[in-house]
Amino acid sequence: MISLSVNGKLVQADADDNTPLLWVLRDYLDMTGTKFGCGMALCGACTVHVDGKPTRSCVTPASAVAGKQIVTVEQIGETRVGRAVQAAWAAENVPQCGYCQSGQVMAATALLAAIPSPSDADIDAAMSGNICRCATYPRIRAAIKRAAKEAGMKSKEQA
Amino acid sequence: MNSILNLSRREFLQAAGGLALGFYLPQSLAQSGPGKTVSTDLANAFSPNAFIRISPDNTVTVIVKHLEMGQGTYTGLPTLVAEELDADWSQIRAEGAPADAKRYNNLFWGEAQGTGGSTALANSYEQLRKAGAAARAMMVAAAAEQWQVPASEINVSKGIVSSKNKKATFGELAANAAKQPVPADVKLKDPKDFILIGKPAARTDARAKSNGSAIFTQDVKLPGMLTAVVLHPPRFGAKLKSFDASKAKQIKGVEQVVAFSTPATNGVAVLAKDYWSAKKGRDALSAEWDESAAFRRGSSDIMNEYKNLAIKPGLSARKDGNADEALKAAAKTLEASYEFPYLAHASMEPMNCVVKLDGGGCEIWNGEQFHTVDQAAVAKLLGLAPGQVRINQLYAGGSFGRRANPKSDFLLEAAAIAKALNRAAPVKLVWGREDDMRAGFYRPMYYHTLKAGLDAQGNLTAWKHVIVGQSILTGTAFEPMMVKNGIDGTSVEGAANLPYAIPNLAVELHTPRIDVPVQWWRSVGSTHTAFATECFLDEIAREAKKDPFELRRSLLGKHPRHKTALELAAQKAGWGNPKKGVSRGIAVHESFNTIVAQVVEVSRKDAAVKIERVICAVDCGVAVNPNIIAMQMESGIGFGLSAALSGAITLKDGIVEQSNFHDYPVLRMNQMPKIEVFIVPSKEKPTGVGEPGTPVIAPALANAILAMQGKPIRALPMSSQGVTFV
Repeated sequence: MISLSVNGKLVQADADDNTPLLWVLRDYLDMTGTKFGCGMALCGACTVHVDGKPTRSCVTPASAVAGKQIVTVEQIGETRVGRAVQAAWAAENVPQCGYCQSGQVMAATALLAAIPSPSDADIDAAMSGNICRCATYPRIRAAIKRAAKEAGMKSKEQA
Repeated sequence: MNSILNLSRREFLQAAGGLALGFYLPQSLAQSGPGKTVSTDLANAFSPNAFIRISPDNTVTVIVKHLEMGQGTYTGLPTLVAEELDADWSQIRAEGAPADAKRYNNLFWGEAQGTGGSTALANSYEQLRKAGAAARAMMVAAAAEQWQVPASEINVSKGIVSSKNKKATFGELAANAAKQPVPADVKLKDPKDFILIGKPAARTDARAKSNGSAIFTQDVKLPGMLTAVVLHPPRFGAKLKSFDASKAKQIKGVEQVVAFSTPATNGVAVLAKDYWSAKKGRDALSAEWDESAAFRRGSSDIMNEYKNLAIKPGLSARKDGNADEALKAAAKTLEASYEFPYLAHASMEPMNCVVKLDGGGCEIWNGEQFHTVDQAAVAKLLGLAPGQVRINQLYAGGSFGRRANPKSDFLLEAAAIAKALNRAAPVKLVWGREDDMRAGFYRPMYYHTLKAGLDAQGNLTAWKHVIVGQSILTGTAFEPMMVKNGIDGTSVEGAANLPYAIPNLAVELHTPRIDVPVQWWRSVGSTHTAFATECFLDEIAREAKKDPFELRRSLLGKHPRHKTALELAAQKAGWGNPKKGVSRGIAVHESFNTIVAQVVEVSRKDAAVKIERVICAVDCGVAVNPNIIAMQMESGIGFGLSAALSGAITLKDGIVEQSNFHDYPVLRMNQMPKIEVFIVPSKEKPTGVGEPGTPVIAPALANAILAMQGKPIRALPMSSQGVTFV
């Protein structure tokens, strides 16, 4: 039995310790927003946040993240930056097939949390691990910039 | 936590118990006006041939008969309905149609349902507008009856029906509208009155695909369902001889191990409640294979065979004048050959399928691209009638052709495994990335030779093109229809219909049999013919000392749409105005009745090439949603660049050498160039945009590199030719 903190809740799964976090989320906790693309941390579709850091859940044993804060795409919209990113994704019509976009949203949110106003080089560095076969990259870039602007304005309003 | 239950639509409606009251418009009603569609009996109300459901909650659900795999069908097709219905875009929803070729056939394919060839919007253009117009007429009739005013005094705008001081929403009128007679004929709007068509309506799926709530096949979970992970033979054509599951069965969670065999695949499946246990079980299997009929050749050996064939006369796919004689008489001749590898589709969602066998037959959950073919194949395997195979349409995490498999490979595999379990549990077949990449059904390898003859003035007088490669259609259900006189049309498309005015032009084809499964791959034949023809034309221009743009223009006199697209791309790129340190390449190509021209700008960064910018002009007739057209051009360019830069599946002793994204690299964010898309204004009927952006980028890029370094690129991917990119 593995105990995890997922999206602020303590949950238990009757999975082996070495089961990747991805499959605990999908098959034991029925949270299917996080996607399986490659199983080797090559495509980024499975990206979640572990203590705020973008993490490839397909190669992360669940036991390695016990006691850490795991946040998935199902919950990221509850954060200010995550909400701005998801709104920007819709405003820019980013998704095509959409299968990689959970991972893209999680990677972009982590980027904006760390660098509120990223340059193109920052975006390349943070996002090039996430493959999109529909090549929505130009719209992802535009959406990140839009989200940066909106989240920045919101944080000023709050201050 | 609750299981995710993806009930069939019928079950959902029964569960919803009358709340989803609405009316349906059969597709054919707009044409022939058969009976009324109304009923409060939901099982009957949701009768076939229906595209629209208007609910009391004022939502308008458009039943989309085509797969949404990224190309925008769930936005573009509802736009057609919403336009003629005068609905407000915010009330529009999209829902996948069930498998039923009588009601949801692709009008370009006869009585067959499926998505491909960039036909979804094109074949639906009038059908769905008529459906929307008929629904509007019934709304108006309902309001006229309710308010006792003439229909001519009723307006419909943004989902509101009004007359003087009276107004009502669609939802309020739905029940009464359903009782109105279905109009026998409807008048469609004059295009100048379009409100939604031509505007960038927001995608209906953008939010669900940004918050993890969109459901793909991979996400389906049914009560009691088992996940199957499979062991396939190491070589194509090998058959399972024996297997030892003793170690697999010791893995915690493994419930069943079964062998399966279908006309497409065979192997061993390990089943567990979860993927990881099943995968560990699969990895613990050992199996022996009968390889007496296995394919054991390598890519270089295959290419050598193709090169030997190319020097012999092939079957004629086009013959204008006499190319051989004209070549002999030419003042100058040129020759070049082009090589293309196998390519995997590598969609982000590896192939998968959910199958449940029950008393009534078989129910499938799938990102379904080939309803009619898959229904028939699964029915045959299971000894059912096609109608007993019910298919639930889900989003597909990409496809690029792969989910329209002519052999129904992964569907049959899932059905065979479910059958082997004696119907004990629903089965979700999940291929890992490696299973997906090594399962075959690739874009075929090809070899092209081209010869050209120029007269003393440098005019192009002869063109001889020989193509060698496997047929995609031979051995499939499409062979009788689409292979004519030994010529598979998909092998020569883009070459046999070369638009350039050349008096002596010959295209010949050799179709060797190679036992590697092959399939259509985004833009099909044009993936290689566009490269060979457009790169060779630039080599000719160079030899004749002509500008590549001007040479094309001069040869396109009989193809004004090509010429216009070409000129638009050139003009927007500033062709003719050199930019310091930048070289340009241009290409134009028609596929699926859409014409795309692209200009690529490159620069040199040390030893590497930097793609600075891509300018893309597209003529796809009426632009229903300019934003989706631009998205599809960008997507096609990105997809084409993956193949151009580094895409190759290679075989060694029959073994596929690639397995995942480390050895089959695809384009990433840092490699994606800036793209500017321009749409040629047009009043022609709309044509597809899912594929035509793809084939043009590789030749436009190669031509830019030729301009930069004076050396042609004659084989793909460019990484195999020592060209590197930043």
